[in-house]
This record gives sequence, C-alpha cells and structure tokens, in this order.
Amino acid sequence: MKQLIKLLKSAPPTAIFGLLVIVVYVFVAFFAPVLTPYGESEIVGSEFEPWGEGFVLGTDNLGRDMLTRLVYGARNTIGIAFATTCLAFLIGGFFGLLATTLGGWVDQVLGRIVDVLMAIPTLIFALLILTILGTSIPVLIVVIAILDSTRVFRLARAVSMNIVVLDFVEAARLRGEGIWWVIGREVLPNSMPPLVAEFGLRFCFVFLFISALSFLGLGLQPPTADWGSMVRDNATLITYGDITPLLPAGAIALLTVGVNFVVDWFLHKTSGLRDEH
Amino acid sequence: MTKILTMVAQRLALGLLTLFVVSLIIFLGIELLPGDLTEAVLGQSATPETVAAFRRELGLDLPPHTRYIEWLGGVLQGDFGKSLANEREISELIGVRFANTLFLAAIAAVISVPLAVTLGVLAALYRNSFFDRSINVVTLSSISFPEFFVAYILILFLAVNANIFPSISNVSADLALWERVYRVMLPALTLTLVVVAHMMRMTRASIINLLASPYIEMANLKGLSRSRIIVHHALPNALAPIINVIVINLAYLVVGVVIVEVVFVYPGLGQLFVDSVIKRDVPVVQASCLIFAATYILLNLTADVLSILSNPRLLHPK
Repeated sequence: MKQLIKLLKSAPPTAIFGLLVIVVYVFVAFFAPVLTPYGESEIVGSEFEPWGEGFVLGTDNLGRDMLTRLVYGARNTIGIAFATTCLAFLIGGFFGLLATTLGGWVDQVLGRIVDVLMAIPTLIFALLILTILGTSIPVLIVVIAILDSTRVFRLARAVSMNIVVLDFVEAARLRGEGIWWVIGREVLPNSMPPLVAEFGLRFCFVFLFISALSFLGLGLQPPTADWGSMVRDNATLITYGDITPLLPAGAIALLTVGVNFVVDWFLHKTSGLRDEH
Repeated sequence: MTKILTMVAQRLALGLLTLFVVSLIIFLGIELLPGDLTEAVLGQSATPETVAAFRRELGLDLPPHTRYIEWLGGVLQGDFGKSLANEREISELIGVRFANTLFLAAIAAVISVPLAVTLGVLAALYRNSFFDRSINVVTLSSISFPEFFVAYILILFLAVNANIFPSISNVSADLALWERVYRVMLPALTLTLVVVAHMMRMTRASIINLLASPYIEMANLKGLSRSRIIVHHALPNALAPIINVIVINLAYLVVGVVIVEVVFVYPGLGQLFVDSVIKRDVPVVQASCLIFAATYILLNLTADVLSILSNPRLLHPK
C-alpha cells in the first residue's frame, strides 16, 4: 500500500489525470443502475427536450433520458471493448508465443496468414464480414478480436523472439520440459511489460473501432445504450448549435486520452528510458 | 543498380500476390462463412422456388472456383456485376463515387502534408520550447479522438456558429472546381486533423534523430544558424522515413474517409460501402472492399518502393 502511494506520488500530472479518468469510468460502469434516475431504454419524455428540470442533459431522439443513456453507455461500450481486447490478447499472444517457441514452418505459416490479414484495412475487412454474419454482440466481439489479434501476434512474436534464444529457455528445453511449460513459465512472464502497455493501446483502438462501427449503425444495436450510436442518433441537434451529441463523443475521447497518458507513463517506468528531450 | 531493381521487382511481385490473395479472401470468404447469401437477402420465409431462382440468377449453383474466375475476369475488365438492391451496373455506381473519394483524399493530402512537415520542422527547431510542448500535447490528443468527434466539433464551430463552411458537402459533377473545394473543406479539414499528428511527430523524431550525428556537429561548429542546419543539412537526410510515413498516412486517408463521408453525407465510395453493408448488397460490398483494399495495398507498396529508392546506401553501392 505504501509502495503504491509512493508510486502515485512520482507519477506525472498527466498520468494522475489518466488514472483518475479510468477510475471514474469504471466506477460509473459498475454502479450504472444506482446512479441513473431512469431505466436504460425507458421513454420518459418527449423527443429532444432541452437540458434542465427532470432531465439534466435533456432527452434523446426517442425521448429517453440522455444522462441515463450516457451512464449505461459507459457500461456497454467499455465492457464490450474490454472483453474484445482480452480475447484479442488471448488469441494473438497465444499464437505469437507458439510461433516463436516452435519456430520453423508453424512460424512461417502463422506469419504469412497475419501478413495477409493485415494487408486489408481493418475497418473495411470488419464491414465485409459483418455483412455476412450480421451484427450481434458475440459476432462483433469475435470478429474484432480476431482482426485485432494480428497486431498482438506481431508484438508478442517480436518480444518473445529475443527471449526464446536465451540460456534459461534452452536449459528448460534440455530438462525435457513440454512446450506449454516453456511458454507459460519461461517465455510469457518475461514478455509481460511490453504486452501490458500494448494492452492499453489496443484497448483504445478497439474502443474507438467499436464506437466507429456503432456510429455507422453497424455496431451495438438498439435499444442498447452505446456512445457511438448515441452520437449518430442525436447528430441533428448539432445543426441547431446544441452540444448534446458531443457529450458521448467527448466521453469516448476523454477515456482514450486518459488511457494513453497512463500507458505513456507505464512505458517510461518499465523501459527505464528517460525522455528524449 | 541491378540489386536495387531486383529488390523493387520483388516488392512489386509480393504486392501483386497479396492483391490476388486478398481478392480470393473477399470472394471466397463469403462462401466459407456460415450463413447463406440467399437466406440473408430473401429472408428465412422464402419458398424453395424463389430461392432456387435467385441462386440461378446469381450463378450461385455453379461451383465456387468457376464463379471466382468469372468474377475476377469481369473485375479486370471493369465489370463488377449488378447491384442486388437496385439492379444497376456496379461499375456505374462506383465510378463517380470513387473519383469523389479520391478528390476528398487529395484535398486533405494537399493541406495536411505541407502542414505536417512544416510543423515537424518547427517543433524540431524550437525543441523543448513552449511551442514544441503544446504541439506535442495537441497531437497526442488528436490521435486519441474518434473521427466523428473531430468532425462534429468542426461542424459546430465552423458551420453552425461561424457559418463559414457548409455542414453537408453534397457535390455533383457540374460544380466548378473552387465550389467543390469549398464544399469539401470541412471533411478535408477533419481528415487533416486526424492524420497530421502522426506525420508531424515522425518528421520531428527523424530530424531530432539526426541532430546527434557528426556532420551536424560540424555544421554547428562552422557557425551555421540553427534553421539552416535543420532545413539544409538534416531535412534532406531525414526525407526517407518522412516520405514513408506520408505515404502510409495517405493510405490511411483513403480508408479513413469512410466515417467522414458518412458524417458529411458526401457522395463517395465510403458512403456507398456503408449503405451496401446495411442493405447486405453483397456484390457492391465485394466491389468496394476490393477497391479500398487495392488502394491501400498499392499505397503501402509505394511507401515500400520509395523507401528503397530513397535509401542512399542502396542507390550508391560501393
């Protein structure tokens, strides 16, 4: 605990800000039902009511409370982005470590598959697949996780490449340890710091990606509250100079900026690098 | 010189191979995925007769490889087949729209590339100053913003409050060039803000990387001014990575237009693509997907080739 406080004291203001943002978002996501005055998709007033009495931030295009939707949006959007990132890391990390540990043709085949997948822009590829499979939450999670795992694969492979040639891995192999033991006990623990930092960056990417899909009407489907689709649904307000549609978009931006700040700090800490300045 | 030519030829061959594999994925991926096109289009309640007729009409009763060869042959001659939604020739639908998309991307590139390089050089020149630091924070944040956030902020300030530019960029073929440029200004500015950060940071980093080298110290000791050292001595040598990152960002521009086009209701290929995905108009989706992927691959290939060609060690071998 003491160490934690000391660590926090040494953090730059940007990192503190980022941590604060993340804590607030997670809190809001967990306690969404307690914090909101109405139900997630409950219609409580007429359409596009202004800010003020009863509805702090007004109502949306169907007469649902904007504040309530925003809070539930935190839960849905962050939850799904988090699940997707975890899955992407499981897939990408597993195959990345497998490729370096086994080497040879396994490495070649996996590498070429990833090359081809990465040659198509992610958004275009995702839209192609969603055309056929349709948009449901599990499909969304799996498709984005697989597309995103290519980046994780590259990083996991690059990092562990330098580790599998080290003596202790060789020693473990000579002891006759199995492939899973070598991956799980020798290679993985030593590849952790860069992978953790990458997790933050990938989370931001996935989060922005899902929001973009929802904004296009191809992500989370109504009546689920989601920040991307909330921007889309209420976009007409902007032409009257009303900033309400910017709130969910701003909520997305704030979280990604926060995570980026924390990742930046973490990278500096673990790499032991000083600033280039 | 022959070595460099073989390297370029190898890259080109690899690029063509990638394109071929990608076309295979775009075509056959749809076969391999669960769920049938007929069911997706006609719905589950369709009678067996309508399903059979539909399949015959689209040639779905033929084996996949025959259809792929026919499709690819058509594509190479500019024939993408017919849209399922409105029975129109896809090449007709796509032609004008793709030109519009390229126009928008080109305007964005014309604004963003000089801006990014200038800002990068200035940030390197006034390193650690207030200017450098503030530009660093601004670019870091603009990387993390979703495109539509930037777009709506621009609409709010420049279209609604100040009323300088139109918030909807509808262009048609009969508009004069300047009118067109004026109408696409907001989407172009949005794209600029999205890509400028990355290009600018790379420009700054590659120049600063060089500042520690002996010949820069030499120039310093000769008493040259800082700006002369950076512009005349460091910049030419930093060009290779800068060109590379510029071309990669141009590739991103062509793809990034999808969301921006939807925000500004711009009649480009991205808009058509999203509409077709919603309508599940598979032939149009395949065609747009192929065009986007091809543009992206070709630009990345160009970046590769340019970085080989601009490498002095390869150009002037000992």
